[in-house]
Amino acid sequence: MSNLLDLIVAGLATGAIYALVAVGFTLLWQTSQTINFAQGEFVMLPAFLMLAVMHVGAPFWLAVLFGVLLSALLLGLAFKMLLVDPMLRHGVLPLAIATMALAIGIKEAVKQFFSAEASPFPSIVPVGDVSILGRAISLQSLGVLAVAILAVVGLTALLNRTSLGHQMQAAAQNPTVARIIGVPVERMIMLTFLINAVLVALASLLITPIYLAKFSSGEVLGQAAFIAAIVGGFNQVRGAIAGGLLIGVVDNLAAAYVSTQYRAAVPMLLLIMMILFRPQGLLGRAEERTV
Amino acid sequence: MTKHSKLLLVGLAVVVIAGLIIIPMNFNRYGLYILSQWAVMTIAAMGLNLTLGYAGQVSLAQGAFVGIGAYGAAILTTHGWPLIAALGLVIVLCFIVGWLLGYPALRVQHHYLAFVTLAFSTLMFLVFRNESWLTNGIYGISNIPRPEILGFPTRKPLPFYYLCLGSLALVTLAMWWLIRSPWGRAFIALRENPIRAQSLGIDTRRYTLMAFAIGSVLGGIAGVLYAPLTQYVDPVPFNLQLSLDLLMMVIVGGAGFMMGPFLGAMIAVLLPEWLRVAEGYYLMLYAVAVILLLIYSPTGILGILDRYLSSRRTQAASALRAAAQSKLEAAQ
Repeated sequence: MSNLLDLIVAGLATGAIYALVAVGFTLLWQTSQTINFAQGEFVMLPAFLMLAVMHVGAPFWLAVLFGVLLSALLLGLAFKMLLVDPMLRHGVLPLAIATMALAIGIKEAVKQFFSAEASPFPSIVPVGDVSILGRAISLQSLGVLAVAILAVVGLTALLNRTSLGHQMQAAAQNPTVARIIGVPVERMIMLTFLINAVLVALASLLITPIYLAKFSSGEVLGQAAFIAAIVGGFNQVRGAIAGGLLIGVVDNLAAAYVSTQYRAAVPMLLLIMMILFRPQGLLGRAEERTV
Repeated sequence: MTKHSKLLLVGLAVVVIAGLIIIPMNFNRYGLYILSQWAVMTIAAMGLNLTLGYAGQVSLAQGAFVGIGAYGAAILTTHGWPLIAALGLVIVLCFIVGWLLGYPALRVQHHYLAFVTLAFSTLMFLVFRNESWLTNGIYGISNIPRPEILGFPTRKPLPFYYLCLGSLALVTLAMWWLIRSPWGRAFIALRENPIRAQSLGIDTRRYTLMAFAIGSVLGGIAGVLYAPLTQYVDPVPFNLQLSLDLLMMVIVGGAGFMMGPFLGAMIAVLLPEWLRVAEGYYLMLYAVAVILLLIYSPTGILGILDRYLSSRRTQAASALRAAAQSKLEAAQ
């Protein structure tokens, strides 16, 4: 029993990171029909940007700041203007393929310009255990969970409570009408790309201390985020959050109770079942045009 | 197409085929290996082109079928079976698995379908890696024999290249026939307008499953050639990346064009070799080239040609119209 609790807490922590990545993924899909196959690499890159800034002698906090800014610039602004904008009108598939190529490009660039080896990364939360009700729980898990929950709560508040958030939702749901009632749709779409860039930078900051910074670490992460987004519901932010947490926990439990060899199969089977029997996801709305 | 341009096309095809037969004769081992790999990947990409380009069903599982074919051939031929028997078994197996994989396509489309097939790819990779009793796990299967075709041994690189090239030619002919048959038309109808296709009496269910099954079989055939080509099979080449690469080949070459996979596979297999001078940067250059191409022409390389030809046709037609107009006015 005690083991189970540990597994669930650790699973929730990774799941919360998946949720951050999946939320960004669904935001891009909602506002601009972009299926970003490079989302995993988007999480891998900011850690290296931060490491690069630290390499020239900057303190950690400054590196984080620069990392987030560079991430917004490269993965938000440049990604949208140089890749998504010219390709959007050609439909979903060519753009999806272009992001696959982008994923290769980012991976290779990091391997070439930085290192093919895994690099350690400083943790923003102290490592160690804390005793809660007489049980030792990893501080890092708790810290990750807390930061991720804060980020998600902040984002949900932004989307649901502020005028800006309402404008973003309008731009995503019905751009034509939104434009008529005066919502600056273009600016809102740009904003979602920037939010995605900040979310992946945050996810990078949280997950890299656990799994080390490596050029190939985005592959697993990207897939987990896709699965989380689909299981939770592609068109709902809260769906992506639920999906992320669920996948994190299921993944961890599968590693402990099914087999370490087939742990990756369990989320995949969940994904297949979900798509076949409830394609709109746990919390999603049915989308007429795709299902 | 006019008679003149048709003749030109046939002439071009003859020159290319002759070139593919004659020029590699004095290639070294590595050059022949790369060319054989191009032929094998072209076959796999042709299968995906049928599923995606003609029938319009997105699949990220083609690499898994290449894996099934490669493991099928590797396991059976190292146990003394002839390659042709392994081929028969792989074709049947891939047809059945591909048919079953088509069922989700009846329910979901586009990116949902992409993710179901992606999950299938990952599951197959796990099976290749973990079922050691069958696949020897991460250590892989080595010493895969190369076959004898009609008494000719293909152990040397050049005869084996001809085997790959010959298989490619056979598959191309079969595909050419298929696309022009009523089936091919039904596949295209499925892509263009499934509801209309159904209203015209096309059994869209059956053709969707068929598109998946036939496309998967071509993946399997490619795999059967892959195993004796490398003579060593392990799980790594058949991970998700292969499926993504094959999808890129089809889109970059031009989905829905008969010759698309040839060009796509050329870019994916040969371009990195030509870019070797760029050393570690070559994959980066490749990624940038693909992105730029897709921005310029989302329908791939053949899309550029297609656009050019159709704009010329429009110009020719409007020139004719203008001439006819002036003649008409002169007569009045």
